[in-house]
Amino acid sequence: MWSGHAAAFVTAFLASLVEAVEAFTIMLAAATIRGWRPALLGGVAGLAFLTFLCIALGPMLESVPLHLLQLAIGVLLLLFGLRWLRKAVLRGAGLLPLHDEVRIFASETAALRTLEKHRGGTDWLAGSVAFKAVVLEGLEVVFIVLAVGAGRGLLPPAASGAVAACLAVAAVGFFVHRPLSQVPENAIKFTVGVILSAFGIFWTGEGLGIAWPGSDAAIPVFALVLACAAGALMPALRNRSGRPGG
Amino acid sequence: MRLALRLLRELVGLFVDDGGLALIVLGVVALTAVLAHSAPTAGVATGGFLLLGCVAALAESVLRAGRR
Repeated sequence: MWSGHAAAFVTAFLASLVEAVEAFTIMLAAATIRGWRPALLGGVAGLAFLTFLCIALGPMLESVPLHLLQLAIGVLLLLFGLRWLRKAVLRGAGLLPLHDEVRIFASETAALRTLEKHRGGTDWLAGSVAFKAVVLEGLEVVFIVLAVGAGRGLLPPAASGAVAACLAVAAVGFFVHRPLSQVPENAIKFTVGVILSAFGIFWTGEGLGIAWPGSDAAIPVFALVLACAAGALMPALRNRSGRPGG
Repeated sequence: MRLALRLLRELVGLFVDDGGLALIVLGVVALTAVLAHSAPTAGVATGGFLLLGCVAALAESVLRAGRR
């Protein structure tokens, strides 16, 4: 039971860390142009919108039959987790550029400056940019929390993990005042992709009526198989393309 | 309206990046469902098919991307 709680907390924490860092970079760009007030107002409005979505849609999940919920969440987790894992493998093999917060910060700041020149009304502009960043990255956090926690009574630890990640990023960002480029984004994405895909296989199987040997204990086995396969694909791709990789 | 459309696009983008990968995964799940209903006692074999099918889908997707 406690291992389930810990797994839900850690998975939601790591996944939310990646999303929170991305949202913070864009909020920082908005704050650099117009100060923290409009950026924070936009961010808080985004959080309020996400809270509204959760309150409005959350109770609907309880009315869905358990097997259907497990199957739907399992398939969505598979699509989401394998997508992250694919990206992490391609980045690890050097076929996709690594996510670079400093470069994203520079391009967001430049785009905002261009808009500032052409449109004016920059407080509103900075606020809306921060709002969109929080809503778009936050949607992924909401999905991850629901997918990891719903149907097994693990919503509180999953939500706590997400909140802890957002608070950690906000606290570190408040002190350093620059993009958090030191976060090992690709390693986290690889780990979370493996965990979410393993959960996805488990839930999809449960939803289809497969009785997994050892029940929940099968999840780490799936994670190990996925990690080994994805880890083996990276050097194979690197050898094929002749690139050094990241 | 534009924000709603963008939200919808982002929502789909959460799950579908490489359309081929998404299609193969959905195909593996559909085949697993058929196997699970036609041979309900073969739980482990059906589960193994789902696991290996997902690994194969990932491998196909990254190797295809590597060839581009």
